[in-house]
Amino acid sequence: MIKKILLAILFINFYTFTFASEAKIEIPKYDWSWKGFFGTYDRSAAQRGFKVYKEVCSGCHSMNLLSYRNLEDLGFSEDQIKVIAASSLIEDGPNAEGEMYERDALPSDRFVDPYPNANAARASNNGAYPSDLSLIVKARPKGADYIKALLMGYVEPPQGVTVPEGMYYNAYMEGHQIAMPAPLIDGSIDYDEGTEPTLDQLATDVTTFMAWAAEPYLEDRKRLGVKVILFLLVLFVLTYISKERIWRDVK
Amino acid sequence: MSFNDPHGYKKNLSSPYTGVKGWIDSRLPLIRMMEAEYLKFPVPKSLNYFWSFGGIAMFCLIGLILSGIFLGMHYKPSAAEAFNSVERIMRDVQFGWLVRYLHMNLASFFFIATYIHIFRALYFGSYKAPRELVFIFGMLMFLLMMGTAFLGYTLPWGQMSYWGATVITNLFSAIPVVGDSILLTLLGDFTVSDATVNRFYVLHWLLAFAIVGLVVFHVITLHMTGSNNPTGMEPQNWDETLSFHPYMTIKDTKAMVLFFILVAFILFYYPNIMGHSDNYIRANALVTPAHIVPEWYFLPFYAILRAIPDKLGGVLAMFGSIAVLFILPWLDTSKVRSCLYRPIWRICVLLFALNFFVLMYMGAKPASDIYVLISRIGTAYWFLFFLVLAPLVGYLETPRQPVTISNYIRDKKA
Repeated sequence: MIKKILLAILFINFYTFTFASEAKIEIPKYDWSWKGFFGTYDRSAAQRGFKVYKEVCSGCHSMNLLSYRNLEDLGFSEDQIKVIAASSLIEDGPNAEGEMYERDALPSDRFVDPYPNANAARASNNGAYPSDLSLIVKARPKGADYIKALLMGYVEPPQGVTVPEGMYYNAYMEGHQIAMPAPLIDGSIDYDEGTEPTLDQLATDVTTFMAWAAEPYLEDRKRLGVKVILFLLVLFVLTYISKERIWRDVK
Repeated sequence: MSFNDPHGYKKNLSSPYTGVKGWIDSRLPLIRMMEAEYLKFPVPKSLNYFWSFGGIAMFCLIGLILSGIFLGMHYKPSAAEAFNSVERIMRDVQFGWLVRYLHMNLASFFFIATYIHIFRALYFGSYKAPRELVFIFGMLMFLLMMGTAFLGYTLPWGQMSYWGATVITNLFSAIPVVGDSILLTLLGDFTVSDATVNRFYVLHWLLAFAIVGLVVFHVITLHMTGSNNPTGMEPQNWDETLSFHPYMTIKDTKAMVLFFILVAFILFYYPNIMGHSDNYIRANALVTPAHIVPEWYFLPFYAILRAIPDKLGGVLAMFGSIAVLFILPWLDTSKVRSCLYRPIWRICVLLFALNFFVLMYMGAKPASDIYVLISRIGTAYWFLFFLVLAPLVGYLETPRQPVTISNYIRDKKA
């Protein structure tokens, strides 16, 4: 009985539980390639997602915990990464003459921020600060499900709901008002042959990319987890047998 | 008795060993002591798996200290750098994600093991004479654990770190006269700031090692009296005991491996389940999270804090709820230790455990009408349990006659 209660307690996340009961917004559940014991990030989805990020999101949102070199994880080649990095300018210096100068970003640089500082970001966005997206999937209670739902949640406001100037209606945002205009629509990005750039596809891809960005070591974690748990299970069997043997003669 | 040994406790300086072992042992009697206390040490035969959780908690502590040392090599205790340095550990340090998740989750599992360990003490009367000091050192450790955990939670410098620290440190301002000075000293500034994270980092290390020191006292006092057991009866003869090694070492190892399978499962597959997603947002003094909640292991005490409408009253109730544990050995008036033979007290203790979970749930809820009402009932029972039921039930209840350890084992086999 006590054991059951303790186990039940362990598996309740009190916090999401709290949010789920108050906010009445149901976040849909989607299938993600990285769920489960052996889950891995879908590389082609993440690569396409990076394209979406670069062409749409990165106009306003920084991702400054990532370096360009990290993109190797997603299957980009060193040369591709050099080209990607070089498409952004970064301020460096001072040089030997004491001057600051601009240069092309290198693979070792962090993703270059779209704005020089937070005030500039606010000034260009009606006072709203576009969040850094490096950890966004871990920083929201429903994670990837929430991000994808939000990206697809731009619908007509219900009758009688008015949305103030500069705000947009979103079915999944808390309070339903969001300062970000709908970033993606059907066909807003050109994909290579074979993948249809529907809104659903674009949202899935960019969410996959952001999930990877938030936890690039997830695959290592899951792989190691299987080994550690198998090791412990074998160890448990051995300790179980040893215990039985040692205690056999205890009356 | 010799001139340098007025109480005669060093009288047996001749070591039972020979050779190098004997040479060391006759000068530093550690080998002798370890053999007496950890190999031959007699423990009651009747211990169940509840008795494994002390050792499990100790292994959690060792794991926390080891992982903490490696985190400390990369962490930067400043408001500007703390958040990014943690992410750097997660992303760029070899196995940094493992060390960080281990530290984060072991803290939770340390509390799980400790709560089970404390429940065991309550249920089987391990706090009663002659083990009062064992219990008190345990409670001191629990208090320091809470302090260490609170300080540590501030260090990643996420939103919950920042706002949790703000709410909890503000409690000290409720203390009359000196409250504000204490708060200022604690924070090193007028708000939670760069100075705060720097000193919290130092104190987090300090308290962690203070806990290790208390473990020593906890174990010394335990080894003076020996372990309690489910019957609450002391062993009558050698037949009712087993040597610590190999019987307890293998039994505890088995329990520990099982416990750490659970740890590994959470660590590798749900590493963030016991944390709060807001802590992956960098601390921001200008944005307050919708719900500020402490870590799960503080929730019962947070519920008690909020159950009292007055700020000072709430703080007193929260600290009082732990203070009453310290005097439990003298509040409980019963002659019998174990709940197995105390039908009424047994119900009180089980209700106490249930109430603990109810309060935990209430602590996670917003402070609105119904939740506050339930929190108040829970808080009332907490104090009723210690201050009224413990002395009263001891007097009024007619306990059953506890059986000896041999009979207990015989009955269990039958």
